[in-house]
Amino acid sequence: MPNFIDRRLNPRDKSLGNRQRFLKRVREELKRTINDQIRSGKIVDTDKDHVVPIPSAGTAEPTFRHAQSTGHKQHVLPGNKEFRTGDRLPRPQGGGEGSGKGAATGGGESEDDFRFVLTREEVLDLFFEDLELPDLIKMNLKEASTFKPRRAGFAITGSPTNINVGRTMRNSYGRRIALKRPKAQEIEAIAREIAALEADPEPTAEIRKRIILLQLTQKTMERRRKLIPYVDPVDIRFNRFEPQPIPSANAVMFCLMDVSGSMGEREKDLAKRFFVLLHLFLKRRYKRTDIVFIRHTHEAHEVDEETFFYSTQSGGTIVSTALEEMRKIIHERYPSNEWNIYAAQASDGDNSSDDSGNCVYLLDREIMKLCQYYAYVEIIDERESDIFRMTDNGTSLWKAYRQVSERWTNFQMTRIARPSDIYPVFHKLFAKHHDQAKGG
Amino acid sequence: MNKRSAKSSLLFTGSDWNFDMLSRVYDAIEEVAIDDLGLDVYPNQVEVISSEQMLDAYASIGMPLMYRHWSFGKHFVHEELLYRKGRRGLAYELVINSNPCITYLMEENTMAMQALVTAHASFGHNHFFKNNYLFQQWTDAGSILNYMEFAKGYISRCEEIYGIAAVEAILDSAHAIMDQGVFRYRRPPRLSSEKERQRIRERLEYEERSYSDLWRTVPQKQDGTEQQVAERELRERKKSLKLPEENLLYFLEKNSLILEPWQREILRIVRVVAQYFYPQRQTKVMNEGCATFVHYTIMNTLFDRGQITEGALLEILASHANVVFQPDFDDPRFSSINPYALGFAMMQDIERICVNPTAEDRDWFPDIAGNGDWRGTLRNAWADHRDESFVLQFLSPALMRKMRFFMLDDQAGENFYRVGAIHDERGYQRVRAALAHTFDLSANQPDIQVVDVDLLGDRRLRLQHTIQSGSLLAEQTRDATLRHIRRLWGYEVSLAGVDADSGKLLYETSIEEA
Repeated sequence: MPNFIDRRLNPRDKSLGNRQRFLKRVREELKRTINDQIRSGKIVDTDKDHVVPIPSAGTAEPTFRHAQSTGHKQHVLPGNKEFRTGDRLPRPQGGGEGSGKGAATGGGESEDDFRFVLTREEVLDLFFEDLELPDLIKMNLKEASTFKPRRAGFAITGSPTNINVGRTMRNSYGRRIALKRPKAQEIEAIAREIAALEADPEPTAEIRKRIILLQLTQKTMERRRKLIPYVDPVDIRFNRFEPQPIPSANAVMFCLMDVSGSMGEREKDLAKRFFVLLHLFLKRRYKRTDIVFIRHTHEAHEVDEETFFYSTQSGGTIVSTALEEMRKIIHERYPSNEWNIYAAQASDGDNSSDDSGNCVYLLDREIMKLCQYYAYVEIIDERESDIFRMTDNGTSLWKAYRQVSERWTNFQMTRIARPSDIYPVFHKLFAKHHDQAKGG
Repeated sequence: MNKRSAKSSLLFTGSDWNFDMLSRVYDAIEEVAIDDLGLDVYPNQVEVISSEQMLDAYASIGMPLMYRHWSFGKHFVHEELLYRKGRRGLAYELVINSNPCITYLMEENTMAMQALVTAHASFGHNHFFKNNYLFQQWTDAGSILNYMEFAKGYISRCEEIYGIAAVEAILDSAHAIMDQGVFRYRRPPRLSSEKERQRIRERLEYEERSYSDLWRTVPQKQDGTEQQVAERELRERKKSLKLPEENLLYFLEKNSLILEPWQREILRIVRVVAQYFYPQRQTKVMNEGCATFVHYTIMNTLFDRGQITEGALLEILASHANVVFQPDFDDPRFSSINPYALGFAMMQDIERICVNPTAEDRDWFPDIAGNGDWRGTLRNAWADHRDESFVLQFLSPALMRKMRFFMLDDQAGENFYRVGAIHDERGYQRVRAALAHTFDLSANQPDIQVVDVDLLGDRRLRLQHTIQSGSLLAEQTRDATLRHIRRLWGYEVSLAGVDADSGKLLYETSIEEA
């Protein structure tokens, strides 16, 4: 008889640790691949499993192997059909040359050449490597619209479905002991004794006395049992639940972008990468994340993602139209007590000369009060980046927003010149604000 | 009444299984295996696992306990991908050479498959592990699991103390020369995890106690001519270091100049694992052949006794046929000779020779032909051979004709292959010898040994590759592997390729910086 063991319930993922080590080892290369994929893909696709090729650097496992193209070998093969000793067969093309590169023999050569799936979590880990999420969720409980029951001790009243049997029976047991409720066995024992005594055909006076005594005791005990119930209403305990408010778990992200002629492919690409990051970021934190795309020239429209990134439109540049549109959409669809509102605006900084004042007014008066966070990203020419990096000087829009950012801590602005800037900038925008949680 | 008893002798009917059935079937199989075939097995432990767990087991080279390393993760994502895409099915079972012998059954298997797998692994492989001389001499079935537990714990403690990166670096380098980390000719000492711990403590204590900076400054005696001195030193050196040494991991563990005690211990662990698997790699044909032959025989016996249904037998045979399928060389499915097919065919052939020999068989196998005792003959073969000697001894002309074996001469530099021999009177011996040679692990793996090291001079570690029939090393992996050795040794490492026949130096390379 063997020892049968059911291991199916043992923890799975025994190799998870090894898998993580492997991913860590090839982190840099995977990161590059993911970045490329995210850059060329759609925003919503970013947040999925990714198929990536196995990175070659750092994962080679070299051993001493014979080079395939050297030496004299003898192969024995099955299934001879027409060969006779001494026949010559042309060497298959590629066999001699391809294997000369030191590839592994047989089935081993495919090992380093395959694609595998990274889960969403792993992708995001790579993406946000050491980025701390800012604590910007709306915690103002008055605004919370949903409640979740949470266990909070015991109560003496409640609905029958919430009876806590364990606690109730414990109370009942304690009370029964304290009040000395006779047990059924004790009464039975007495009854048996009486029966035994009564069975005696010629009872002596003593026995008769004893019987009467016992009958009395029996009666008292039975009365006690009736008076002291097994479970009394005072024993009963109910699980108590307290409604716990849940902070609203929805977020909406407004993407605002200038699409006038001055925004070229490069600018849009940079803007897109920034939006992607922000979206992923929010999606990690909130149950539901909507995205609203608003593009503007001298007038603003809400559009779908495709149009937002890939179609062009000509016209002037009036930024305040986009802000106006955003305000309108918030009022129509995203009441700020139910939604966490984030906005990201990307622009090259152009604005018609008299409009910047309007923008500041709109932001100050209304939008900043509604928004959880507002990020303004100005995309500048690489050549300008060195000049502008350290200075507050800039376009009219930049200067105007500067004032806003001084007044509102949840307004952040920065400049991006090349893709490599985006991570550090994103990091800067989000990493520094844990002291500014709103609603305090 | 009659009908009833016929029905109740069936071990199972449907395809669902439960533990009662498993144990009933196990008992029936055991009866056939022990009483009829005369197998001798370790006690069995049968574990039921899910497909994910099977993938996990794959990734850690089949051991239930294994230390952590990224390369297992890499193998895991590879296996997982092949499985998910449906390009490769999972094995129905996995069996571990340990005492008790652990067999993993997949929960997805039908009852018929579970029966097949139990016969295959818990009896076929198990008997082979317990009785084959290679396993008896070179592995300790009783202590391997304890040792792996020790190894896993030791390596994770090292990771805590010295950091994952440092441990990984050592493991990377050790894995690179795992193939050169086995004793081929002398038996390694037996394992015991308690003794291991004791030995580590002693090693540490000794190194701490015996360290004295003064030894360095003691002047060396000099006499004789320079030539003589150099030669004598070389001789003494080789003697004291027991050179030449075929086991690179062992040599580095004992003699490396830069390794810390814990790093030496890790080398030792890798060496023990390599040594443990060395017999399995030399007996693939026999091991699988033995298991396949055993399950085939047992299942047919059970059917003859009316203990399994025709449906179950058909299912078993279908799966058996898949396992022993050998495509022809020109078939797109052909990759190499299927060890299951060859092993099973040879064992069936031995049975035929014992029971029903032809005149040819009597010529070729005078000692076993017609002896009638195929069980005993097979048991002896299983016990006393490895793949190479088994093929050399038992591959019959009849089977060569049946499988239509032929031999190709492949001389590098020529743009054609020559058919060296086929399955005919002139060719039998040569085909058989060539086939046996392809299973000879020591001929197929590069022969690389430590030949010299001058500990007082430049400390260069000299390795020698003995080149068999002109096969050089692939240069890219050669240099990468040498860099790993350089890392473990700490100083320059050189490799000289010497032709085995002519003794000529064919190449020399050296790695100075890791």
